[in-house]
Amino acid sequence: MTKKLHPDTGIILKEAASRLDLPTRRSFLKSAAGLGTLTLLGGCDVVDGVSAENLLSKMSDFNDRVQAWLFNPRHLAREYPESMITRPFPFNAYYPRAKVPIIEPEGFRLNISGLAGKKDDWTLDRLYALPRFTQITRHICIEGWSAIGKWTGVRFSEFLKRIDADLTAKYVTFRCDDRYVTSIDMATALHPQTQLTFEFDGQTLPPQYGFPMKLRAPTKLGFKNPKHIGEIEIGNEFTGGYWETYGYNWFSGL
Amino acid sequence: MIVMIMSGWQIHNAYPTLPFEFPKPLTLGGWLGGGTRWHFAAMWVLMANGIAYLIYGLASGRLRAKLLPIRARAVVLDVKAALSGTLKHDDLATYNSVQKLLYAGAIGASVLAVLTGLSIWKPVQFHELTSLFGDFDTARILHFLAMAAIVLFLAVHVLLALLVPKSLRAMIRGR
Repeated sequence: MTKKLHPDTGIILKEAASRLDLPTRRSFLKSAAGLGTLTLLGGCDVVDGVSAENLLSKMSDFNDRVQAWLFNPRHLAREYPESMITRPFPFNAYYPRAKVPIIEPEGFRLNISGLAGKKDDWTLDRLYALPRFTQITRHICIEGWSAIGKWTGVRFSEFLKRIDADLTAKYVTFRCDDRYVTSIDMATALHPQTQLTFEFDGQTLPPQYGFPMKLRAPTKLGFKNPKHIGEIEIGNEFTGGYWETYGYNWFSGL
Repeated sequence: MIVMIMSGWQIHNAYPTLPFEFPKPLTLGGWLGGGTRWHFAAMWVLMANGIAYLIYGLASGRLRAKLLPIRARAVVLDVKAALSGTLKHDDLATYNSVQKLLYAGAIGASVLAVLTGLSIWKPVQFHELTSLFGDFDTARILHFLAMAAIVLFLAVHVLLALLVPKSLRAMIRGR
């Protein structure tokens, strides 16, 4: 008795053969489908929940490390001719213009704290006596707008040397008289274009742009350029900053 | 890519390039800070996928075989055929001229989106790349236009795939 073939044998064999043609694609699709399902299952949670925030925070920390690694202190921000300066230069802060602090120059003192050899306060007269340089660079905001401005002040690396700061420390923190706080890495603090700024567009820094002084770091986004600085701290403890606690990336280098 | 587009729309809304905002439900992240967090996380996924895809496609010759040559005459003929409803889809493994043009265009727009994105992310460190697109502000506009091209492609692609249902099976099963 001959064995009878199943009526579907031909179709089954054809199907099997065509499967063999695409083994890689299939195994790939299979595992990809598995992976995809896994992410979808987590999906609802991933978008709204704690796990998503944790993942995004980890990615943001990873991006801090990548940017620190990418940062080349010899790469300078582009400088522009006077004719390209944006006038009027936009005002931006975490509060409206009417809330800009008015600081009296006479009683003003800049405090130094942390890992520095000379922690005596600085009066404006003493700060104004420091050597100055001018830069015309592009200020880039995290919101996407940018504007070209002219800033004059002392090279921040020069200032750090004058206060005998520990240049191997990790962070420089700025505490400001408008209750703003931010911190930057030491490599950026020592970048030749990073400036402690006393003048904007040839005039004493006006209140809306940060009187009596701001930090101008053209290798950082705008929110890492604090205004109305009242205290500078050198340290190895991570201090973060105002916008950083809400989720802006800490390094935010350009 | 979808995450990049939706979080990008969120970032756009913070300071619109064009005088309009994307509807809130279509954006990702809740606000500017959340949008940037998604954007700067998903960019690694997009870049890793894109690099793997391009290296494989170029090294195996698959991109060349599938997408080239693209001839203007053939594209015009296929557009006419498509509009009159007579374009044949017998062999889905071989792309027609319009498909070739649009797929190549989508790959080009994606590469442009990544390069302009890098140049506005690091305009100082990657200043050569940024100056290739003019400056920060022009690179930002090109980044926006690349996104617009990708979104347009996606819309057409999905619409046409739905009109030719057997193509959906081919995309998943490979034939």
